[in-house]
Amino acid sequence: MNLFSPPPADLSRRRFVQGVAIGGAVAGLGLLRPSNAWALTSPGQPTVLSGTDFALDIAETPVNYTGATRLATTVNGGIPGPILRWKEGTTVNLRVTNRLRMPTSIHWHGIILPFQEDGVPGISFDGIAPGETFLYQFKVRQSGTYWYHSHSGFQEQTGLYGPLVIEPASPDRHPTDRDYVVMLNDWTDENPERIYAKLKKQSDYYNFAQPTVPDFFRDVREKGLGQALAMRKMWNEMRMNPTDFGDVSGYTYTYLMNGAAPAGNWTGIFKPGEKIRLRFINGSAQTIFDVRIPGLKMTVISADGQDVEPVSVDEFRISVAETYDVMVEPQDERAYTLFAQSIDRSGYARGTLAPRAGMEADVPKPDPIQWLAMQDMMGAMAMGDAGHGNMQGMSGMSGMQGMQGMAGMDHGAMPGMAPAPAPVVRHARTEYGPGVDMHVDMPRTNLDDPGIGLRDNGRRVLTYADLHTIGGPIDAREPSREIELHLTGNMDRFIWSFDGVKFSDAKPVHFNSGERLRIVLVNDTMMNHPIHLHGMWSEMENPEGQFQVRKHTINVQPAQRITYAVSADNPGRWAYHCHLLYHMEAGMFREVVVS
Amino acid sequence: MKMNRRSTSVVPLRSALLAAILLALPPVVTAQSAPASSSTSSMDMSSMPGMDHGSMSGMAMPAAASSTAKPATKPPAKKARKKPVAAPPTPASHNMDGMKGMDHSSMPGMDHRAMSDMPTPAKPAASAAPAGDMSGMDHSSMPGMSPEAMQGMDHSGMAGMDHGAMPKKDQGDMTGMGAMPGMTMGPMQGGSPPANARSSDYSDGVGYGSMKGMDMADNAPLGRLLIDQLEAFHGRDANGQSWEAEGWYGNDENKLWVRTEGERSRGKLEDGDLEAFWNHNIATFWSTQLGGRQDLGEGPKRTWAAFGVQGLAPYWFEVEATGYVGASGRTAARLRAEYEMLFTQRLILQPEAEINLYGKNDPQRRIGSGVSDIQFGLRLRYEIRRQFAPYIGVNWVRRIGTTADYARQDHQPVLDRQIVAGVRIWF
Repeated sequence: MNLFSPPPADLSRRRFVQGVAIGGAVAGLGLLRPSNAWALTSPGQPTVLSGTDFALDIAETPVNYTGATRLATTVNGGIPGPILRWKEGTTVNLRVTNRLRMPTSIHWHGIILPFQEDGVPGISFDGIAPGETFLYQFKVRQSGTYWYHSHSGFQEQTGLYGPLVIEPASPDRHPTDRDYVVMLNDWTDENPERIYAKLKKQSDYYNFAQPTVPDFFRDVREKGLGQALAMRKMWNEMRMNPTDFGDVSGYTYTYLMNGAAPAGNWTGIFKPGEKIRLRFINGSAQTIFDVRIPGLKMTVISADGQDVEPVSVDEFRISVAETYDVMVEPQDERAYTLFAQSIDRSGYARGTLAPRAGMEADVPKPDPIQWLAMQDMMGAMAMGDAGHGNMQGMSGMSGMQGMQGMAGMDHGAMPGMAPAPAPVVRHARTEYGPGVDMHVDMPRTNLDDPGIGLRDNGRRVLTYADLHTIGGPIDAREPSREIELHLTGNMDRFIWSFDGVKFSDAKPVHFNSGERLRIVLVNDTMMNHPIHLHGMWSEMENPEGQFQVRKHTINVQPAQRITYAVSADNPGRWAYHCHLLYHMEAGMFREVVVS
Repeated sequence: MKMNRRSTSVVPLRSALLAAILLALPPVVTAQSAPASSSTSSMDMSSMPGMDHGSMSGMAMPAAASSTAKPATKPPAKKARKKPVAAPPTPASHNMDGMKGMDHSSMPGMDHRAMSDMPTPAKPAASAAPAGDMSGMDHSSMPGMSPEAMQGMDHSGMAGMDHGAMPKKDQGDMTGMGAMPGMTMGPMQGGSPPANARSSDYSDGVGYGSMKGMDMADNAPLGRLLIDQLEAFHGRDANGQSWEAEGWYGNDENKLWVRTEGERSRGKLEDGDLEAFWNHNIATFWSTQLGGRQDLGEGPKRTWAAFGVQGLAPYWFEVEATGYVGASGRTAARLRAEYEMLFTQRLILQPEAEINLYGKNDPQRRIGSGVSDIQFGLRLRYEIRRQFAPYIGVNWVRRIGTTADYARQDHQPVLDRQIVAGVRIWF
């Protein structure tokens, strides 16, 4: 820490936020290798490696995103690492060599494989020691867009990640003219261990959007004293912050698109009239992004690698570790901005689709910050009032503007039309200790809320209610039992857990081999948590308990209850955790044993 | 302790008003805040820890002629609770001006449960959190203190609806929700497990495997040093330097916690103390502290056993309440509350109030029994970085009762106002 250096001047601050134009690997190897013929038709694309045999070197590489050179942890010298292109049905051999001074690992996120190949130190293997080469070998049994990342310490924050693209064995459902990976990441010059320590010491360290005294007087002026007081009363009583969205913000992060800072402006080339597939991957450590392309409709065709009924949207939220494939068909000879603002609106990743390199379109300003709303705090209890504009679904169609003309909408599944009985929530006995700061007794169950910051923004925003996996569930059995887990935390002390029990204090969760079971997640916090089960699919259900969408990472909104079915068909030991890296490290993690 | 940053201006002003009244000062800090400062005119100190006031009023003070003589013209210390100046035995006359509302009649031992956000249904709210009372808190609206608290919360403005009646009583409010069979609502914070609480153990007896390399930071010990105040002060008759700092090392549950404060004037350490505690998390926002205190500076260097609580009260008040027991039946207590008001994301006003109480007269340190002194400070800092913030401020020190009598005898001011400038740093 450099306590006594002067505050950053405006100029350097701007450069910090925007990043330097060149950016990326100083060595230059990672980003400018000759591109594979595969769909990469413009310069500045990530390296693509394809086939069945891969050699991946993990090493420290100097990078410069902010004007200061830092050591990143890279795969084959690039940020992100190379795109690995596999083919469904083949067996891949991945030789990962550790050239660091500390152990490392690679986890293949969302890939169904034997647990020994899953790459989680302490659970699936011992990790890869310095100087050692580990051979991962498994059959590829799926297709779609995924990614890989380190599961060791905080390496996922320092650059150890890359895209996975798996070609289907059968012809692609959506043939396209161009195919681009758009990987979103959050880069920091800080040592992530220091970020973690700072959050533990002052959990709002990175939040520079906190309510202020002038805000109060502005609200008094605009809304009256009573309303201004009432807006704050519950937050202040509960000692919670209405702008705590992501814990770590653009104060330290530079947001990257395919390894380029906003000023670096990653660009994908197209010809007007072409069909372009964009494979969005959120490989961030801690940042949820809201993605849109002003001027273009996006048709979502795949979520977490699994094809879904196409749905046309203006914008989607991509939580950490999720992937979405969208199709766009720009007709005009102009540039379009790929705009991915962070959920806390403290910054954005940005790139461009353009007919020629060097073109740019307007870059929107981040949306204004909205305070977390009552449904983020009290769930369904806050959603009874028909007059409340934010109340998607539960109160009829008031929040549904802009949904006309949606393909594939299943109106029968909309909770606003046929409200499900409120589920009975059972808190764990362990949820009443120092590590838990709130309980939601009546969580919301509707999936059609785009979430805080996206409600009623005038754009058609994707929600989980829009996602329907083509072909239905992989296992039609009704779950034979339920495991209810609550997402818990103490935002003030930065303690995160399931059921109030941190990983260190917890026992494994046991699935009986072969059973079909239902996981019930209730979010007893005011933050989003992307929950990732390794080794098996999470088949999310709608509020009525019917199959909705197959995913590997399910984002549970504040005060929300989500259920999903799991077929425990992959014996072994698996990680199960919140994919916000700092929440995971703080204890929001379980080991799942299938036996 | 400063894990947090406050949200708004609403209640700080109430506490500022309270403190200002107590100090009999012009309420400079509360001028524009009248609407929010619903009156808080009396203090309830009924749950003061470890205090023995049996001998408080009208008692004769023990002779202290043998103690080290000090020049009577010694400038006043900023922290007025100790003044090692020899004085003739005098009947103590309790001057409690400004403290009219205080009730010292009963000082039961500290009840830690009361601070813990756990439900104590039988306990009247007023006795729940001693330090909270100091800040003019209204405990009837503390969500964690009792199950009834939820009903006391008015959510009307937040969502344009009235939750004053909770759904278990009035389901009619929940239009469109359908039936809610078996709904029972607990408090959103704190509380104890309901009867139907489930187990969090889904292991079926399965244990962990033998793989090495698990790398989680959830129980890793961390350390923090916060120098909250490192400042020069300019008082009515004296200048000097003072500090207030704390450090801790440990994990979420248990920490070694060290606290120190004190001041130098005219080139020597006048007054101060060093405390060390085992700090243990007992509730979402509260920890207990068990340890000791060593007095520093001039006069007899007393050693105390110390026990207390510290944490974050509703409305973002950082609170410390500590009781002390020393040799010869000496007792003492210290209450401290602070708040932060953000004028911008970096310009932060920190009001801070501290009250010291003693069970016995200690003429050698020029401390009388009862409330010995009250301090109220306002420090305006600019966070160049979160961890580095210079500040300016003003600090009032008011000696009370016998302590004030000692001060008069010593020709020391009973009320001192100091201008301070310093820096706040943490690592």
